[in-house]
Amino acid sequence: MSELLDLARSVVDRARPGEGVEAYVARGHDTEVRAFAGEVEQLASASSAGIGVRVVLGAAEGEGSRVGFAWAGSLEPRVVDAVLAEARDNAAYATADPHVALAPPDGVAPAELDLWDPGFSAVSTDEKVRMALELEQMVRGAHPRVRQVESADYGDASVEVALASTTGIRATSRRTSAYVSVSAIAGDGEESQTGSGFSVGRAAPALDLERAGEDAVTRAVRLLGAGKVRSGRFTVVFDPRVVATLLSVVSSALSGEAVVKGRSFFAGRLGEEVASGMVTLADDPTDPRAYGAAVFDGEGLACRRNVLIDGGVLEAFVHDSVSARRAGTVSTGSAVRGGYSGTPGAGCRALALTPGELDQSGILAAVGEGVYVQSITGVHSGVSTVSGDFSVGAEGLMIRAGALAEPVREVTVASTLQRMLRSVLHVGRDVQWLPGAAAGQTVAIADMQLSGS
Amino acid sequence: MPDTPSSPGPADAPLVAPSVVERVLAAALRRGGDMAEIFAEDRQTSGASLDDRRVEELSSGRERGAGIRVVVGDTTGFAHTADLSEAGLLRAAEAAAAVARDGGGGARVVALPARHGRPPRAEVLPSTVAKPRKLELLIRADDAARATGGEITQVQVGYGDSRRRVLVASTEGVLAEDDQVRTRLSVVCVASGDTGMQTGYESVARTMGFELFDQVDVDEIARVAARRALGKLSARPAPSGEVPVVLAGGSGGILFHEACGHGLEADHIVKDSSVYVGRVGEQVASPLVTLVDDGTITGEWGNYAVDDEGRPAGRNVLIDHGVLTDYMWDWLRARKQGRQSSGNGRRQSYQHLPMVRMTNTFLMAGTEDPDEIVAQTPSGVYVAKLGGGQVNTATGDFVFGTTEAYLIEHGRITEPLRDANLIGNGPEVLRRIDAVAGDFSMTPGTCGKDGQSVPVGCGQATLRIIGVTIGGTAA
Repeated sequence: MSELLDLARSVVDRARPGEGVEAYVARGHDTEVRAFAGEVEQLASASSAGIGVRVVLGAAEGEGSRVGFAWAGSLEPRVVDAVLAEARDNAAYATADPHVALAPPDGVAPAELDLWDPGFSAVSTDEKVRMALELEQMVRGAHPRVRQVESADYGDASVEVALASTTGIRATSRRTSAYVSVSAIAGDGEESQTGSGFSVGRAAPALDLERAGEDAVTRAVRLLGAGKVRSGRFTVVFDPRVVATLLSVVSSALSGEAVVKGRSFFAGRLGEEVASGMVTLADDPTDPRAYGAAVFDGEGLACRRNVLIDGGVLEAFVHDSVSARRAGTVSTGSAVRGGYSGTPGAGCRALALTPGELDQSGILAAVGEGVYVQSITGVHSGVSTVSGDFSVGAEGLMIRAGALAEPVREVTVASTLQRMLRSVLHVGRDVQWLPGAAAGQTVAIADMQLSGS
Repeated sequence: MPDTPSSPGPADAPLVAPSVVERVLAAALRRGGDMAEIFAEDRQTSGASLDDRRVEELSSGRERGAGIRVVVGDTTGFAHTADLSEAGLLRAAEAAAAVARDGGGGARVVALPARHGRPPRAEVLPSTVAKPRKLELLIRADDAARATGGEITQVQVGYGDSRRRVLVASTEGVLAEDDQVRTRLSVVCVASGDTGMQTGYESVARTMGFELFDQVDVDEIARVAARRALGKLSARPAPSGEVPVVLAGGSGGILFHEACGHGLEADHIVKDSSVYVGRVGEQVASPLVTLVDDGTITGEWGNYAVDDEGRPAGRNVLIDHGVLTDYMWDWLRARKQGRQSSGNGRRQSYQHLPMVRMTNTFLMAGTEDPDEIVAQTPSGVYVAKLGGGQVNTATGDFVFGTTEAYLIEHGRITEPLRDANLIGNGPEVLRRIDAVAGDFSMTPGTCGKDGQSVPVGCGQATLRIIGVTIGGTAA
């Protein structure tokens, strides 16, 4: 760890007068095992390391600063030299901007989070292989209608990061993670339906193979016999996993960067009622249950809890230091970056809705008639956080007399994100911490257009 | 970034010396195994972005390394390293060989064929172009987009280029190299009006160097993106339910990429997770459908000389007049069937295992007049531009999203529609194509599969589907 920070500091120490330098150094190790038909189909393991450097040059007469970036997938000294030189050269060509600067330390103390499972390295490769094979066998034999297990995977990763800058930022963090995932195909004659399941944790012993397997089987088998339904307007109950995806989408519109650049349907609406009173949404990377939990953000500031929507009222956006300056506020410790090859941008890591009173069956009973959406497709092609237009492919089950009924496929559900937020009827108490940047729970939304036959 | 003095200089210097390759391959099979392979890669990228009227950032990246694969029966072992020295490669070979437990491989002599260096297929290497010339493109595009209409409130322009040198060698006697240069520019506009904000997107991307910009008009790309955003300000909600759909030439190729392309990838076939399993020789589409995947088309976004397993790119007819003729193959899946790879083994980088991927996938042009197809559609939806899509290969259900669409009323294109996804089932939709025009064109895209992204092309001529479900909000 200190070795990575030493490297980051050695780069920062080479800043020339009037120059800002930030170095982000990361090193990781990962393993992936895929089982198929009782055999190991793939076993991959590898280490990687890299560096990303930003150089900020002050411009004359207070016009602002220019930033340049370079990265490389190597920590060899001559490569690191070349990265610094190239970032410096790139900076010379950017437009001077009074809001551009490296984040200064803001005095917020980092949360005490232990994201490194000491038992991580004690898990042998044989044990990892055994878990993938066991999961595959379990799903294959779980139900007479399961005709194929497309993949059963075990994966884990450990990552260490160090960040240093000329403003005095010194941050190191490390984390471990492990997962299993499985995809089942259920068949009946010519028909096929699919379902997936997974489990995530900080290390292999935390994984729940049975839960992952059962999820995949249940989800595939219950869709058998699905058909289209007539188009119409319905109350839609979304599965926790779908809700996590929807929250991740909404998070793009809550990014201060999107807001200050006029690319969010939330722009200009701070303090207004944008959602049903049932909606309280916070981004809290200091919650250790969150998959995206983190001690430091992508600029080395402490991560912190930010309440974004409180009782339906839009309270705040997430900011990195540049978007914050542009908006006339301060960073919320929400810079995210995609490893050493990416630059920081404002975003969420651990969004979660405040749980409501009902569990899933309670919500189904309260809704009475509607559609339960188990999974969605086409989020990237059919949802815009600029216009708010929302149209996705869906499969799931009809809700009749307050319970799940016959399966449905090849339909779309549509609305606008603005309308959906205002039309939330129920937020479940069945919170699940899922991979990605958001937790999920069952949520019911009124009056969505379902398009079928 | 520019080559540092000690990194490989001339294009004819191999990424890994042939003698080292032979020793590493031999070491990889020391504990047994059927096949060992080295995939070495040196990728340099540069990018620039303009946003909110400012050149926000120039970035440069460099990644070099090798992935080593050892195949033992149905099991593949894989490891990768950023260390291209013999010691580094031997360590990766040892890790990849961990799957070969039986031993008994013994010493194996690996002899490779003579190598033929391959020059980069670009007239103007982007690394030789001064940075201000790249930035000039961004500023021109920004100006042109904003000049299109006062309601254009935001413009984002992205430029990117990459040069990817690869070397593939295996104990199957493969020794191949390629030098792939790609260049792209994209424009995203936001238009604001009384009804809120709308976006418009357009891009150009080719497997070539900076000469791309002698061939395309950056101003026009920007204007297309701007017009797309402006047009949707007055758009009404898309309809819902099943309607006839006319897809304009070009981006409609995404339909085939999703409706059947993925389902024809042999990895889904050998796992029995595609609706097209066992259907070779059957009529799976309208007789108007002849579908080709062709990695050999010079300059197209999914073009290469050899795939990431060292096999030459191919032109493969997948569906001939509606009859399924073949799937797409990589080495691993072809071997199971005792046949040859079709040149479709691709990977995102040296850190990934290859799998079956599309290249440039397109529907062969028909003979009808595109305007006539619209004129003969009493009512429906005209899709001028598709965004992206997604498919479940096991069920065949797929979606694809519109980014520019209009109502068709009485055989005429009328009002603009807000964005929506369309949903259909691959084999069903392919049978419902009842007209194909002659106005063929291609569109670049990025295809994601199992966590890996690769550049692909899609293409088709204007065509009509007699009924497909559109997911708008209008009843």
